[in-house]
Amino acid sequence: MIKRKKNKKQENNPFYDPALKARHASASRFKKFTLSSLIFSVAFLAFFLFDIIGKGMPAFQITYIKLDVTYNEKTIDDSRFAVEKKYRTIVSRAWLRDLPKLVKSKPELMNTTQSTWVLADDQVDQYLKGHHYNMKDKEIKLVDELNTQGLIESRFNSIFFTNGDSKIPEYAGLNSAMIGSVLTLLITMLVAFPIGVMTAIYLEEFADDNRFTRFIEVNINNLAAIPSILFGLLGLAIFINLFGLPRSSPVVGGLTLALMTLPIIIVSSRAALRAVPDSIRQAGYGLGLNKIQVTKDHVLPLAFPGVLTGSIIGLAQAMGETAPLIIIGMIAFIPDAPGSVMDAATVMPAQLFTWAGMPERMYIEKTAAGIMVLLTVLISLNAIAIYLRKKFEVKW
Amino acid sequence: MSTFESRKKQRELNEKLIKFALIAAATISILTTLGILFSILFEAIEFFKLRSFWYFITGTEWSPGVVGSKFGAVPIFAGTFVITIIALAVAIPVGLGSAIYMSEYATPTVRDYLKPILEVLAGIPTVVYGFFAAITVAPMIVNAAESIGLEATFNSALASGIVMGIMIIPVISSLSDDVIRSVPDSQRKAAFGLGMTHGETIRNIVLPSAMPGIISASLLGLSKALGETMIVVMAAGLRPNLSWNPLEDMTTVTVTIVNSLVGDFEFSSPETLSAFALGLVLFVVTLVLNMISLSLIRKFKEKYKVNTL
Repeated sequence: MIKRKKNKKQENNPFYDPALKARHASASRFKKFTLSSLIFSVAFLAFFLFDIIGKGMPAFQITYIKLDVTYNEKTIDDSRFAVEKKYRTIVSRAWLRDLPKLVKSKPELMNTTQSTWVLADDQVDQYLKGHHYNMKDKEIKLVDELNTQGLIESRFNSIFFTNGDSKIPEYAGLNSAMIGSVLTLLITMLVAFPIGVMTAIYLEEFADDNRFTRFIEVNINNLAAIPSILFGLLGLAIFINLFGLPRSSPVVGGLTLALMTLPIIIVSSRAALRAVPDSIRQAGYGLGLNKIQVTKDHVLPLAFPGVLTGSIIGLAQAMGETAPLIIIGMIAFIPDAPGSVMDAATVMPAQLFTWAGMPERMYIEKTAAGIMVLLTVLISLNAIAIYLRKKFEVKW
Repeated sequence: MSTFESRKKQRELNEKLIKFALIAAATISILTTLGILFSILFEAIEFFKLRSFWYFITGTEWSPGVVGSKFGAVPIFAGTFVITIIALAVAIPVGLGSAIYMSEYATPTVRDYLKPILEVLAGIPTVVYGFFAAITVAPMIVNAAESIGLEATFNSALASGIVMGIMIIPVISSLSDDVIRSVPDSQRKAAFGLGMTHGETIRNIVLPSAMPGIISASLLGLSKALGETMIVVMAAGLRPNLSWNPLEDMTTVTVTIVNSLVGDFEFSSPETLSAFALGLVLFVVTLVLNMISLSLIRKFKEKYKVNTL
């Protein structure tokens, strides 16, 4: 109950509404509700970024152990013997597996014993980072001992950027997925950009306002809202089963993503073309140019920054898309970077999806780190788009 | 023939060729829609040749991969429905509230800072949301449920629903924001002139005018929630579960599509083809929702004569 004070002044005021105080209170409550929903979104974003960075940062560091490594015929034959027996379980299996390659590139190491920084097993790494680990007491004691002797070091994890996927957690990296992403998006943009811009030019500059045009327009708007997974079904049924293109390849992924990116490019290019004032076109016609010359030499150059902005935003969206690529098989285990667009490949978000499903704790860390890399690229792309828009924006 | 005439002819031919190329590009978008429709439809028909359509729509048991496998999709539809409702229960109030604050209360400077933040939310890939739902939100829900004496699974519908709702906030807020801002200012001024408070003006005047646009935004959000894949693949369950309890695990149409296609079944087996039958349902439902949404927004545009939407 709101207590209403009635003083003489208000009684004499013919405009005095006894409910006014309650009405103002309700208005202010409403404002607070809208503000709190906005704060909720911002708070979520802050919490989300904090959480991902907190989980992902440790993955940029990885543990090395200084050990005596013996290089000779026997250890090259079976590289497990290169380190003392008690250290075998705390040293990375993948590092040992690559030992013969190391000796091949550095023949002077042969028949020597060197004190070398050796990549540690993922469990050792997780133990030292204070995460969940799975080690025997003996191993923990050994690691603690080495740690107090200063024989354990945490270094920048360059493996994460130079290696492809691996079943051994400490050896898994984002490299092959990055190259797969680049190849896939290259195909996407090569297909979507020309077709999208040409469609926009047709609809804005050439098409008459007839049924066919309106049908295309409605169709493009619909296409923009069709669930992405259905594009995957299209890719599977048409590009793979009908055209016989290789499964899991960047060419199929790129074509599928191109069809998804088309509506974004068309809509933004149309807006950019529409923003070019008619006086430009009329001046061109007045000088005796035909429609194609006016469009090609005058309208399109003026609209180009807008077209480019829309295309970059479309590219960023295609880069983060996963669902249709799972359907066409781009989640296969790909340890080596694809050499061409016909090879089996995976892309960054698909790689993150695979890692997120792995049981070892280190993959969680790597997924979060991969998310940081992906988000950095996406936010940079969007920032470039906004910068281009601001820089080349023309006020007519 | 003079050179002038031959050049003119050449130019006309070029013009025709270019126009033809432009039309060809424009028809690609139609071909895409038709491609999606037919590629799904043909495989779905193959499925319905093997299994009854009626049982698919009304059956309550989904058990692929066993002898005497059954394909009754009701539990899958129900799971999709529950998760979608949770998502919309988060996204509509928060999205609409944000849109109202940004369009009615915020100063232009505040707006300039807030809008990019919501755009970042829209730019986060769904696989990232899925990871967040599975690794961070789901354990939080299990703990919270435990503290009040309830039991939740690690792939509860609630976790994926909430995160999906957050993903949809920008879809609803950006369209609603545009719609609310295009309600003519004269309406607000008239309401102020009659002595309404700002809150009353928004609730009684602005929102009813903007309602078609807001409904359109919500339908778009609904269609996005139905078709969302990665969040539910990573955070929701695999088990078809006919239940209303959001703390239990349940599966959705999109999860089932993914699982049927990445399995080891032959392409012509009903297990694989069932993905296309579910895809057909998803296609039809989202198409209808999009159509309604588009026609509502078109009516709004015509009423207030705005071209910016």
